[in-house]
Amino acid sequence: MRYLPLTQPDRDAMLGVIGVATIDDLFVDVPEAARLDGPIHGLPMHASEMAVERHMTALARKNLTAGEAPFFLGCGAYKHHVPASVDHLIQRGEFLTAYTPYQPEIAQGTLQMLFEFQTQVARLLGTDVANASMYDGSTACWEAIGMARRITKRGKAILSSGLHPHYVSVAKTMAKFTGDLLETATPTLSAETDLDALIGAIDKDTSCVVVQYPDILGRIADLTPLADACHANKALLIAVVTEPVALGAIKSPGEMDADIVVGEGQSLGVGLQFGGPYVGLFGCKDKYVRQMPGRLCGETLDADGRRGFVLTLSTREQHIRREKATSNICTNSGLCALAFSIHMTLLGEKGLRTLAQINHVGAVAAAKRLSKVPGVELVTPAFFNEFTLKLPVEARPVVRTLADRGILAGVSLGRLYPGEDGLANGLVVAVTETTSAEDVETLAAALEEILA
Amino acid sequence: MSRYFTEDHEWVEVDGDVGIVGITEYAQSQLGDIVFVDVPEEGKELAKGDEAAVVESVKAASDVYSPVSGTVIEGNAALADTPGLVNEDPEADGWFFKLTLSDADELNALMDEIAYKAFVEKL
Amino acid sequence: MSINASGWRPEAPVAGGKASPTVTGNKGLMLEEKLIFEIGDVETTGVDFAEAPPLQGRGWGGAVPGAGLGETSPTPSPSPEGEGSADLLAGLFRTTPIGLPGLSEPETVRHYTRLSRQNYGIDLGFFPLGSCTMKHNPRLNEKMARLPGFADIHPLQPVDSVQGALGVIHELATWLITLTGMHGVAMSPKAGAHGELCGILAIRAALEAKGEGHRKIILVPESAHGTNPATAAFAGYQVEDIPATAEGRVDTQALIARLGPDVAGVMITNPNTCGLFERDMRTISDAVHAAGGYVYCDGANFNAIVGRVRPGDLGIDAMHINLHKTFSTPHGGGGPGSGPVVLSEALSPFGPLPFVAKQADGHFALIEEETAGDDHPHAFGRMVAFHGQMGMFTRALTYILSHGADGLRQVAEDAVLNANYILRSLDTTLDAPFGASGPCMHEALFSDNGLATGFSTIDIAKGLIDEGFHPMTMYFPLVVHGAMLIEPTETESKAAIDQFVAALRSVAERAKAGDVSLKSAPHFAPRSRLDETLAARKPVLVWKEPVLAQAAE
Repeated sequence: MRYLPLTQPDRDAMLGVIGVATIDDLFVDVPEAARLDGPIHGLPMHASEMAVERHMTALARKNLTAGEAPFFLGCGAYKHHVPASVDHLIQRGEFLTAYTPYQPEIAQGTLQMLFEFQTQVARLLGTDVANASMYDGSTACWEAIGMARRITKRGKAILSSGLHPHYVSVAKTMAKFTGDLLETATPTLSAETDLDALIGAIDKDTSCVVVQYPDILGRIADLTPLADACHANKALLIAVVTEPVALGAIKSPGEMDADIVVGEGQSLGVGLQFGGPYVGLFGCKDKYVRQMPGRLCGETLDADGRRGFVLTLSTREQHIRREKATSNICTNSGLCALAFSIHMTLLGEKGLRTLAQINHVGAVAAAKRLSKVPGVELVTPAFFNEFTLKLPVEARPVVRTLADRGILAGVSLGRLYPGEDGLANGLVVAVTETTSAEDVETLAAALEEILA
Repeated sequence: MSRYFTEDHEWVEVDGDVGIVGITEYAQSQLGDIVFVDVPEEGKELAKGDEAAVVESVKAASDVYSPVSGTVIEGNAALADTPGLVNEDPEADGWFFKLTLSDADELNALMDEIAYKAFVEKL
Repeated sequence: MSINASGWRPEAPVAGGKASPTVTGNKGLMLEEKLIFEIGDVETTGVDFAEAPPLQGRGWGGAVPGAGLGETSPTPSPSPEGEGSADLLAGLFRTTPIGLPGLSEPETVRHYTRLSRQNYGIDLGFFPLGSCTMKHNPRLNEKMARLPGFADIHPLQPVDSVQGALGVIHELATWLITLTGMHGVAMSPKAGAHGELCGILAIRAALEAKGEGHRKIILVPESAHGTNPATAAFAGYQVEDIPATAEGRVDTQALIARLGPDVAGVMITNPNTCGLFERDMRTISDAVHAAGGYVYCDGANFNAIVGRVRPGDLGIDAMHINLHKTFSTPHGGGGPGSGPVVLSEALSPFGPLPFVAKQADGHFALIEEETAGDDHPHAFGRMVAFHGQMGMFTRALTYILSHGADGLRQVAEDAVLNANYILRSLDTTLDAPFGASGPCMHEALFSDNGLATGFSTIDIAKGLIDEGFHPMTMYFPLVVHGAMLIEPTETESKAAIDQFVAALRSVAERAKAGDVSLKSAPHFAPRSRLDETLAARKPVLVWKEPVLAQAAE
């Protein structure tokens, strides 16, 4: 087998050193009834590289890829162009095949990268600090709610109706077990966000308000009044950003005084990957740093006075604090954080702002064109690169029909909110730098035909 | 004024009904460099044996238990910026918190300096 | 004759000699690299875009002027609203500088290439971190994960357009169920700890469904990974420690004695963190079940028994599998992981959403909140947006198909053989606290017993760095003083292990003899020992411009 270097003479010699006759003698502690005497029945035996590649390629071919279709899906995962050097660099063995940097003297590459990542993320989100990443946006969101509970010692979180329904769903699952009280609502297919309702709902038991920016329908609104209302009640404002490219165009939540800002970093460097692995972004104000979940990298000096980096404030974490840890998270999303960081370094502020501009301008043009399709209305008056259309019919069958024609038209709200009749005609359309004017025209023409 | 010790390596210095609490020289030597101390807030009610404070090195977090019951008057604010005081001077400037004792009889169950010294030598 | 005009007169090299310090701080191939914030600026970009069509409105005033970081960051100049245009960004245009430096592509490639060279990785050498399972990452796995059919599909595409992806999830799920002899599997957990949470939540959901929600205790052996008690606490349980026996296994009698109507379950790592197989696992499982609880197995060490033992035969109800350990998806400097959880028949109905189901006609369906309905009323809910770590599923399935049932069995055998070879090659040099307990499984455990006064495990670890090895896991498990946990995996050849054994013997002898040069090791790494106390006392977690950093003090 190509991945196993031991030869049979090696094995025999090693058994001799150990002082046993056969490999079975090393498994004596397994109760006899549980020992398998040969390869598990019914499973295939080993295969050549070529054979495996053929099998996997055949499976891959059964999927309609974003790159081969006019593509308009968003809602928490976005198609952006990732420069070729990103994937080259993350595949360097010293990054790809390293472990968590527990021996900092021989892990400065990962550690310095994490320090740069933390700084990039903090600046992008507008927070004082950021951690070395979480699993993804949805788990980062839940962890933020738990963190707000620890800080405020209150157990009620108010979730905006504009928060991604999967994120809400994750929070609901966790709250069932932790006993947190969650106030949730379903969005309406309208131009207005629910900020005023959220402000009205805050009371002395509220630990936090969680609001997505831009929200699930693509809407954007100033969070400052909400932050003020939270702080007047000693509650925290948690902002969730699922499209970080937006922050190259619009004010960061930190600038609007959000206390914790979490996000999904997939847009930069990571790719769609059918939902994972992604990279959770997590930033907050300085004063809350000891309540943060996840790994943190910090600057220090070595014994010879040279700058270096280490994992720090680890006493928050499970391997030291065990049942008193701030979270049970152990792994972060290191390699995806690296991809994010490299992509961000390639862009720089100038590139990020240009990228954001191209996204926004393209989306505005697409919204204009698509809302000219007879019967189609633009629901969202202000947006970044994602907007919601109201079709004259249910959107979900339309999306399926278009997929059969090789057009990936967007995310129907019927998929995200099954059974909500008021949302059934909603279609969320994302436009990025990868979307061409021809793509938009193809979608518009197909919609005109189907809706006629 | 007299000083009492616990088997968990806390000391309490009592003057009237006010006690000052810290950890012993032996405890700090076992912890290594201390990087963070979380002291209780003024007004917190503590029963004897309650988790009152947390002291951290880079590889361990240890709870500090209140040697006696009482109400916290003051946490040592100096430890926020210079947690190393606990290493340098654990039994004086590196104190953790002051409290008013609610039951002075609890002191009878604690060790005096000589008894604590003998206790540590056996560890 | 013609005279050599170049002036280069080859001579034999001179040995020895003392190097003078370099101006750059570089040492030959060991290159220092500054932070991007020190070498980049906000006006540089390594990405070319097609000309962006202008949109008139507040904020997008054409080109983005400005230079340098900080105060002079580029501030887009507001322009008056153009004719007939609307400000579609709700007046929220980001006007303040962000402070994100950019580098050209060659500078970027060099920056990260230089950083990478300051890292040790399994591609470079032996990486025997116990319990972490650093094995070779086949590049075929990487290639397959990058097929556009897997890498470039959106999680919310209509399911008919992603049948191949759902097929991968289902095929991997089938392998995991069969290899473990279990009934079902939850694929969505994002990492091992997330998988633990999944298993514990399934247990809690099952208990609540039986009206047994009052059970509040989870028993955890003291040798457990820290994630176990952290997970149980997160799920609302109180954790009680179960002691270990002198031979390094769970104290079965103590555990059984503690069982009762308040115990929700146990979390046991098998093989355990001392590298030993828990012989009494079946007895423990039966006792826990008889007492009305469930058995969670931490499957971090499944790589030791894959293909030789099925946890389902040991009475386990839930076990996470770290795909990045047993099935060789790359660790990537700390993730991403992936932690599918196999479930017994009793717990399967309570697993999370979403999951993939194969229908009679061969079509794959995605069971979500909407479709769970009447068939899966007990599913405890969603743990994560979307479907889990697809990129890890493709890699793990590729690895599994490459090895097959026979190869996977050989993987476990070679891993266990290598570990026992290390245990018996070193147990005369180092104290092996459980060496007398019989063979180890996939990892060998030593203590710091017998080192010279003032010397500890960390000194041996740092000495190994100078010898060109990544150190073993140190000071874990907590039940052994100065623990050194060595896991070779099946990846290492006999020659590689022999060289490691020779190096560790030498370093251990130095530590026993009190060689002070070990206290300042490593000497040949990019950095000497780092001051972790300084880092924690005054945390510097983000870079600040020197002027600002100074002003802040």
